[in-house]
Amino acid sequence: MKPMNYLDQFRDKELVAGLAKRIRTLTAGLEKPLTFMEVCGTHTMAIYQFGLRTLLPPEVRLISGPGCPVCVTPNGYLDRAIALCRLPDLIITSFGDMLRVPGSSSSLMEERAKGADVRVVYSPLDAVQLAVKNPGKRVVFLGVGFETTAPTVAGSILAAQALGLDNYFVLASHKTMPQPMGILSADPELAVDGYLCPAHVSAIIGANAYRFLCEEYRVPCVVTGFEPTDVMQGVEMLVRQALAGESKVEIQYSRVVRWEGNAKAQAMLAQVFTPFDADWRGIGTLPGSGLKIAEAYAAFDAELAIPVGVEELREHPGCLCGEILKGKVSPFNCPLFGRTCTPESPVGACMVSSEGTCAAAYKYAR
Amino acid sequence: MDNDIILLGHGSGGKLSHQLLDDLIIPKLSQSLAKGQNDAALLEIGGTKLAFTTDSYVVDPIFFPGGNIGDLAVNGTVNDLAMMGARPLYLSVGFILEEGFKKSELALILSSMRSAADSAGVTIVTGDTKVVPRGKGDRIFINTSGIGVLEHGLRIDGAGGRVGDQVIVNGSIGDHGIAVLSAREGLEIDSGIKSDSAALNGLVEELLVLGEALHVLRDPTRGGVATTLKEIAIQSGVTILLDEESLPINPGVKGVCSILGLDALYVANEGKLLAFVAPERAAEALAIMQRHPLGKDAAIIGSLTESSEGRVQMKTSVGGVRGVEMLAGEQLPRIC
Repeated sequence: MKPMNYLDQFRDKELVAGLAKRIRTLTAGLEKPLTFMEVCGTHTMAIYQFGLRTLLPPEVRLISGPGCPVCVTPNGYLDRAIALCRLPDLIITSFGDMLRVPGSSSSLMEERAKGADVRVVYSPLDAVQLAVKNPGKRVVFLGVGFETTAPTVAGSILAAQALGLDNYFVLASHKTMPQPMGILSADPELAVDGYLCPAHVSAIIGANAYRFLCEEYRVPCVVTGFEPTDVMQGVEMLVRQALAGESKVEIQYSRVVRWEGNAKAQAMLAQVFTPFDADWRGIGTLPGSGLKIAEAYAAFDAELAIPVGVEELREHPGCLCGEILKGKVSPFNCPLFGRTCTPESPVGACMVSSEGTCAAAYKYAR
Repeated sequence: MDNDIILLGHGSGGKLSHQLLDDLIIPKLSQSLAKGQNDAALLEIGGTKLAFTTDSYVVDPIFFPGGNIGDLAVNGTVNDLAMMGARPLYLSVGFILEEGFKKSELALILSSMRSAADSAGVTIVTGDTKVVPRGKGDRIFINTSGIGVLEHGLRIDGAGGRVGDQVIVNGSIGDHGIAVLSAREGLEIDSGIKSDSAALNGLVEELLVLGEALHVLRDPTRGGVATTLKEIAIQSGVTILLDEESLPINPGVKGVCSILGLDALYVANEGKLLAFVAPERAAEALAIMQRHPLGKDAAIIGSLTESSEGRVQMKTSVGGVRGVEMLAGEQLPRIC
């Protein structure tokens, strides 16, 4: 027997074909197609990358949701990051995706080309190390992401505190699930028949977090992994619930996700961050849907600790990222898609992030 | 957005590189406005057909598992000549050194260049050295130019792909990019992957027995197999259908790619070639490669299915179908 590598097993062609056949049999002859939303950007990527839509019958429609952290980050956040990177003796550190996202008039990549010190790191702890090595400079990490990323950012603040650093800061724009799913569920235009709930976010927050969606909005929820067999099985579970008229939370991704989530990570988040009403690009301000740095750690909050003038916000006319994030418009129906908005010169964030719906559609589905 | 500045992505080998060439460099420099860029220029001097090419090497770090900037600078230029079906003969070399760079490191690089040149059967015949003040360069940059001779009447060209052709690669993809990336400061992953940096002219010489059945040769360096195939699809006006299951990819490359969210199809190679061969000779071409030390893991990875404006599609490992585009933006700057 081949040793398990925890990758190939979940990309098994026969298993995927079997699941596709079951989904086809279950949905054969349905008059109205079932519409499921994959909430998380990583799902969107997996679905495009493995061509899973081409394996599903026309009776099952997958739409992409607001779970791409870069995509839902408002322009104003980028404008502040850009303003910061223009300050002397300041290093901006970020995951790579943020660099190409256009703000109101520039991007971090463009600023880097003009001389700003903007560096890609693979972990916020690398940014802390940079602060240790550069005591004469201020190091700002761009804290963008959901509950999957937020604990490591919280950890970096705690590490910086333990090291006694006064030159490490986080510009925080963390968002939380599942508040926006409630807004989307209440939207009559969307009529979602079920959610493929995020995999790794759920590992932190736990599957119980989605119960209110089933109870209040009667929408089936399946916490689903990111591999092709996971996605296909998650879809099959949603189909079964929808056909039976059920609405409950199920865990497909049981090898990782528990009902109550990761208590340690949750405690770390509660220690370092405070919930606040976050602004979601395209969706609006949602009560309690973001994490800002708690008062006790204000010294590490770039927004408070490093005052800087930020340019006036300018939205890009014609950009439909907002509607695309809500699943209302497919990238192919955006007048800018593939014309003025391409991965080389993106207009909206959905075209930039490796998890963005438009980037995935451009790269894989044309 | 400010369109007047050069971005790192302009050096990625992907779409931005193409835009820079098409919109600025070729219109300003070329006398013929020749479209369709190949790996080397074909020239005829006094009845002799020559291939001429140049390439600059800025890889970071300069030493990486499986090679260093020196052998890369020799092999890369040798390969560009070989991809035109030429026999590489002579190289020039230009060094740009940063003040403070160690002579002992330069000596290591020079030794690798010499042994790479010896094993490729080329001679380094002229060169130049410049030194820039500390901070104005990054240790060492190398430029090499090369001349080769075409000793046959075959036309091997990116525009030569025909419907029915089989696409063959001589081994595992993505090794060079992942080896360099693994050696980068701050990442230091022990992937066990070595760069595939190698001169391919010997392998190409053996493939030339295929004669008219050999339509395209191209080395998938920056931008990876995906970008190179998309270029050829556009140049040839065909659709290429890849079969993901048949792509040879080392487990270490797969692992690093899945951790970092990279796609091996876009990761650079420095010792790989893609050959487009007429279907009736494809099995023979595969056998030639597999007999060669640089082609043990060769595989047929796809075929040309129909005429089109230049599409690349892939049957995925789980049976779905998806499109394949050129690399957009920068994936891994300074990979070669």
